[in-house]
Amino acid sequence: MRVQVLFAHPRSDRSEVNTALAAAARSLPYVTFVDLYAEYPDFDIDVDREQDRLLGHDVVVFQHPVYWYSCPALLKEWQDLVLEHGFAYGSQGRALTGKILMNVVTCGARRETYGYSGANGHELRDFFLPFEKTAHLCRMRWLPPFAVFAAGHALEEGRLEGQVAAYRCLLTALAENRIDLVRAERVNLLSEDLDRLIWPAAPAAEVA
Amino acid sequence: MELLAGAFIYLVSAVIAVPLAHRLGLGSVLGYLIAGIVIGPAFGLVGAETEEVMHFAEFGVVMMLFLVGLELQPFMLWRMRAQLLGLGGLQVVATAVLLALAALLIGLTWQASVAVGMILALSSTAIVLQTLNEKGWMKAPAGRSAFSVLLFQDIAVIPMLALLPLLAIGDPTPAHLGDHGHASGIAHWPEWVQAIAILSVIAGIIAAGRFLIRPVFRFVAEARLREVFTAAALLLVVGIALAMDAIGLSPALGTFLAGVVLSDSEYRHELESDIAPFKGLLLGLFFISVGAGIDFGLLFGQPLQIFGLVLAVMAIKLTVLLALGRAFGLPGSDTWLFGLGLAQAGEFAFVLFGVALTGGVIVLAEAQMLTVIVTVSMLATPLLFIVYERVIAPRAAVGVTRDADTIEEWGPVVIAGVGRFGQIVSRFLIANGQKVIVLDHDPALIEMLRKFGLKTYYGDATRPDLLHAAGLEQARIFVAALDDAEAQTRLVAHVARTYPCVHIIARAHNRQHVYELLEAGAHEVEREMFESALCAGRQALVALGAHPFRAHQLARAFRRHDLQSLEMLHEAWSNGGFDQHYVAAARMRYEELVRLMGSDRSDRHDTSDRGWTPPPKGDAAS
Ligand SMILES: Cc1cc2nc3c(=O)[nH]c(=O)nc-3n(C[C@H](O)[C@H](O)[C@H](O)COP(=O)(O)O)c2cc1C
Repeated sequence: MRVQVLFAHPRSDRSEVNTALAAAARSLPYVTFVDLYAEYPDFDIDVDREQDRLLGHDVVVFQHPVYWYSCPALLKEWQDLVLEHGFAYGSQGRALTGKILMNVVTCGARRETYGYSGANGHELRDFFLPFEKTAHLCRMRWLPPFAVFAAGHALEEGRLEGQVAAYRCLLTALAENRIDLVRAERVNLLSEDLDRLIWPAAPAAEVA
Repeated sequence: MELLAGAFIYLVSAVIAVPLAHRLGLGSVLGYLIAGIVIGPAFGLVGAETEEVMHFAEFGVVMMLFLVGLELQPFMLWRMRAQLLGLGGLQVVATAVLLALAALLIGLTWQASVAVGMILALSSTAIVLQTLNEKGWMKAPAGRSAFSVLLFQDIAVIPMLALLPLLAIGDPTPAHLGDHGHASGIAHWPEWVQAIAILSVIAGIIAAGRFLIRPVFRFVAEARLREVFTAAALLLVVGIALAMDAIGLSPALGTFLAGVVLSDSEYRHELESDIAPFKGLLLGLFFISVGAGIDFGLLFGQPLQIFGLVLAVMAIKLTVLLALGRAFGLPGSDTWLFGLGLAQAGEFAFVLFGVALTGGVIVLAEAQMLTVIVTVSMLATPLLFIVYERVIAPRAAVGVTRDADTIEEWGPVVIAGVGRFGQIVSRFLIANGQKVIVLDHDPALIEMLRKFGLKTYYGDATRPDLLHAAGLEQARIFVAALDDAEAQTRLVAHVARTYPCVHIIARAHNRQHVYELLEAGAHEVEREMFESALCAGRQALVALGAHPFRAHQLARAFRRHDLQSLEMLHEAWSNGGFDQHYVAAARMRYEELVRLMGSDRSDRHDTSDRGWTPPPKGDAAS
């Protein structure tokens, strides 16, 4: 499957986690990597170009930090402009049917603050309900978030490298169509059950 | 000296009476007429020469029609055709028939009755158009209708001139017809040759207007001598008048046609502002001579009879006009404006009575009486306009939305200067469907822009009369985009003073110029280089490896800080220009900027570098 990562971070010069994740995504030849804030610093999104790009891929990954339980502004703008009626939804809007959408996110808060007994009172996945419903309205499949928690401490605590490797794994599995989508849709967070959701890589001969 | 003394008397009377009449809300026409009465019949300061003066001054009407033509694009004229022929034709025929019957009733011969009916059916182009323009009623339905009727009347004079000699009882002698056509130089040619001559002159005017006049004006304009351009404009009008006269057509009609042809040329506003003062003076002179020419002896000899006849004539005309106004669907109060406005007899009558007299259609006593009637009816017209304005219009105040229409005709935006700066402003606004009037004084540039479809008018935007002609009074926005910084400041000061309601946006050369323009009265000032230079700086940062959004952010912060400095330093500048206080303040601001921009990246909590800052690592809650 053809994978595109739409990366949205307004301060990537100061980012620790997202830049590391982005660098990994960018390095994969079978992934189209788009830095939205670099392409549209003026928020002047080229809708036709973005729609064409969507048509050319089967998997869309929104990669971004969690800002106020949601995504940075430009990614919202992107959704508002690109997912047009007649293209993405509506009786004639079938361009995205069957494609996969997911969020790869970093949170400032620790894992335990999410969940029903945590300070945030809800699972992280719950906050992504708008994305899930958006995907479904566009007749897409939506996968739960791949999340890095306590992003501000990931480097010091030595978690970053492992997370980057897992992300690379995820993207590769998506590209090679080795994700158990039916099970993946049901889990809480993709990042926590990744090993169980990915089928082993086929022998080299078979992939070719 | 006699000439100067005469001119002195006319000018004194006008200079006193017109502003006074204006102040009293009576309109300039009445002012001129009163001035004429004062220097003529009342004090006898001027005498027999008034008739000559009047013939000369009638050229003002010719100029006025040229100006009217300039404002009327060909397609608008075409759109008016039904009104012109229907409304105009019916008005002339119906009024002429009724007036002729009335004349028969009071015992005139049938020939005289026909002549009087035709002649009195005409109205005064001079008074009516001048007043409609002055009051801004030209674009209202009544104004348009009145104009159609007047234009038709102007055309109708030609067949009338041909008809009058046929009514002659005795042996008609060739008449002097003054300005409105006469037995022309081509009268003795065979008719078909005449027809060809007439058609070719008209075709010539149209062709010259289309193909010849623009390059000629461009050539003249490139000399950049104001008075030569004025001379060329006068030459154009006088030349056309002569050509029309030679073939026996109304010169006013010819110049009107030329005006229409030139109405979409880039020289339109310049022509307008050059001809307008001459038109104004000549028309004023004309009105004065009408007032001065009143035969008071006759008037006070038989006052009842004369006023009775004036009333009768105007009542008949008014009845026809009101009926037609209704029939042609004019809104309520507009019908009254149309009717009251055109109820007088016009200046054509003076000429045509002369023809009728020499042809023996009417006798001298009748001619004198009729001339007084016409004059009194003209005198009454400004009063009728006042009645309309004070009594009728307020009652129908629902129709006030009309004003907005008038504005649209001009364009709510006037842009002075269409160099690199003005071009972008105008292209942007025009692309967004705004009506924009663009002025510039470089003929070559205008020509070039016209090729690209940007309609620009020639003229020096620092000239007050041109701004006036461009309709700045009705504009909402004025963009001053001149290249020359000093001229620009003067321009802004003038506009701010003269048109306090217009929002002024000005292009500034540099910081100092910003202050000068603000002090001159500009509401918004943009430094011509600031935005583009900042964009270049932003590109440079990106090329140096900065993230494009970061570069965008920094440019935004820089702009904000710079605009703040501009505002903060204004006071320092006002107090002493670029003195040491200014320099010190400016340096402080600059150092602050450097600190702001170059804030240490590793410190994620520098307060000057806010925006998407995560909570500090040590914060327990994070
Ligand atoms: C404006 C703003 C809003 C934030 N809102 C949240 C939030 O709602 N939940 C959360 O867990 N973290 C929140 N954070 C923390 C960011 O998610 C965290 O800084 C980011 O994921 C770190 O990734 P980076 O190193 O790639 O920038 C917020 C941070 C900012 C600047």
